[in-house]
Amino acid sequence: MKMGRIVGLEGSFAIAEAVRMVNVDVIAAYPITPQTHIVERLAEMIADGELDAEFICVESEHSAMSACVGASAAGARVFTCSAGQGLELMHEVLYIPSSMRLPVVAVAANRALSAPLSVWCDHSDAMSLRDIGWIQMFAENNQQAFDLTVCAYRMAEEVLFPAMVHIDGFFLSHVIEDMELPAEEDVRDFIPDYEHPFVLDPDKPVSMGCYAPPFIYPETKKAQEVDFEATKQKILKTWEEFGRTFGRHYSPVELYRMEDARIALLVMGSLSETAMLAVDEMRDAGEAVGLIRLRLWRPFPFAELRAAVKDIELLVVLDRAISFGMGGPVCSEVRSALYNLVERPPVIGFIGGLGGRDISVAEFRYMIKRARERVNAGEEREDKPELIGIRE
Amino acid sequence: MIEENLLIPREVTTEENFAPGHRACIGCGEALAVRLVCKALGKNVIIVTATGCIEIISSLLPQTSWRVPWIHTLFENVAAVVSGIESAYKARIRKGKIPQRDIKFVGFAGDGGTSDIGIQALSGAMERGHDFLYVCFDNEAYMNTGIQRSSSTPYGAWTTTAPVGEKRPVGQMTWKKNMPEIAVAHRIPYVATACPSYPFDLMDKVRRGLDMAGPAYIHVFSPCPTGWRCRPDMTVELGRLAVETGVFPLYEVVNGEYHLSIDLPELRPVREYLKHQGRFRHLSDEVIEEIQARVEADYKRLREKAGLE
Repeated sequence: MKMGRIVGLEGSFAIAEAVRMVNVDVIAAYPITPQTHIVERLAEMIADGELDAEFICVESEHSAMSACVGASAAGARVFTCSAGQGLELMHEVLYIPSSMRLPVVAVAANRALSAPLSVWCDHSDAMSLRDIGWIQMFAENNQQAFDLTVCAYRMAEEVLFPAMVHIDGFFLSHVIEDMELPAEEDVRDFIPDYEHPFVLDPDKPVSMGCYAPPFIYPETKKAQEVDFEATKQKILKTWEEFGRTFGRHYSPVELYRMEDARIALLVMGSLSETAMLAVDEMRDAGEAVGLIRLRLWRPFPFAELRAAVKDIELLVVLDRAISFGMGGPVCSEVRSALYNLVERPPVIGFIGGLGGRDISVAEFRYMIKRARERVNAGEEREDKPELIGIRE
Repeated sequence: MIEENLLIPREVTTEENFAPGHRACIGCGEALAVRLVCKALGKNVIIVTATGCIEIISSLLPQTSWRVPWIHTLFENVAAVVSGIESAYKARIRKGKIPQRDIKFVGFAGDGGTSDIGIQALSGAMERGHDFLYVCFDNEAYMNTGIQRSSSTPYGAWTTTAPVGEKRPVGQMTWKKNMPEIAVAHRIPYVATACPSYPFDLMDKVRRGLDMAGPAYIHVFSPCPTGWRCRPDMTVELGRLAVETGVFPLYEVVNGEYHLSIDLPELRPVREYLKHQGRFRHLSDEVIEEIQARVEADYKRLREKAGLE
């Protein structure tokens, strides 16, 4: 293996590098802030001859995903990316590659949803994609944005399901960070050429996307669910091999200073880096606090999450989205994953960071303090999450 | 003058790539049109179909009527899916991943999937200049969901969402959207109208569309006895009447040049076309005259474009 290069790269450019190195055949994308730098960089790479791919400048995100579906069904390695409203417009099509077993890879530069219009980051768009049947991962820095995009191709093509990498809009897409860019040959070795077993080819005609009445529809869905659950093993294997090859290790639930922790924070996306600083400060002050980061969002890592919380007294979940009338979507999924355990910690939810609002280290400390107070006051069974950082 | 080659039987392949045994209604003009189009397309083709009658009648799991590679995904995205397939082959051949192939890429959709919900994807694909043929099978309403009006439904026609009532005696209150002209406005190399009542003309146009480099659009008039409330043995005759009355003229636009496939010295009265169909039976003489005047004016304009006036 060759040495990688340490470079300063914007998250968007890091993703474009990953897409170039895996040698995609077709890119179909429609511009939307904060995803634009990814597609601009890819367009440049094609114009400069650094990447040999067809770039379909489609007229909408709906067509972006539709073109990816068509290209993938014809055997191509494909890429698209979007954000916020774009993912919502694409939404209908997102169910197609997962049901038709097409390994489309996409990046979501997470963005708040209108109205009011906001181009800034939160996870409202991601949370509306929970049931699309894609492998979904959350990156917390630019290195991960690169690594997970590379891994997404390996996973998707091995299991024939689509995969999506979520990066926080602006916080990752527009921020330059140091990262290690591996040698292109090593990435190519890690992502070999693949052949989909059933492509659209006049030599071997197949019919795709047929119509299913009640006598057969449920069987197709059972097959999809059984196979999707089974992707977990391949996801773990991909990360294990990636770790061996490139020296960076990923797992579905990643822990930070959880040894002997009594209280744990649970966060997804770039805020986990701020949360780590808060954990360090609280540890320095003698508090047994740790951090749980959900790296894999779908398939949901039940076993890993349960193992992570088995010895703690309190779990504090931060959501970057609201499910109106319900609370925080991540919090409610975490609660449901833990509910059947005999011994489980109380789960206190907070919502923050909406529409690009920052969350400070102090606010993470506040969440821990408030959660403790609520448990002490016997309010831990109260479901209502607190919105933090709101001016009343 | 009616050109002889529109009607006179010639050798046609007995190969059926759209297999018999599908589930279309009796007398379906669209199934007939799809069968003829597929004969002209041959084997070296990939077909993308929109949600709608064609897809429902041909692909009930675990069976299929398609002997060529076929894909359906959604209602409004046929042209985008075709764009992806065409680009995939282009890229993979260029990169040496697969050997050189001469495959034709074809999209099928109904009038709703083309002139309403799918117009954006189609406009995008035509503008980008993908090498593909798009065939719109126009039966003038959302027939698969139960005869709801589309923008392609003709003025005056009854549909379930443009019903005829005391306060609204006309049915459809708007004039049919001229989808072929919208295709022409994209300056694509080939646009044509066709009808399965003129099978050889239809198949010739499909072949010409395929041979053009770049986007080609064919608008196929497809009588629907179920939705038009007419006898199922009238399908072919209604297609002819639509052409002979000027309701649906057959023409081609090759690189912007108009050519009438049949130039009628005199149009038959539209009443002869309308009277066989239950969807028009409520129309008053005044409305029929209004339609007559519109058809004549449109036909004149078309002849002007073809340099015949």
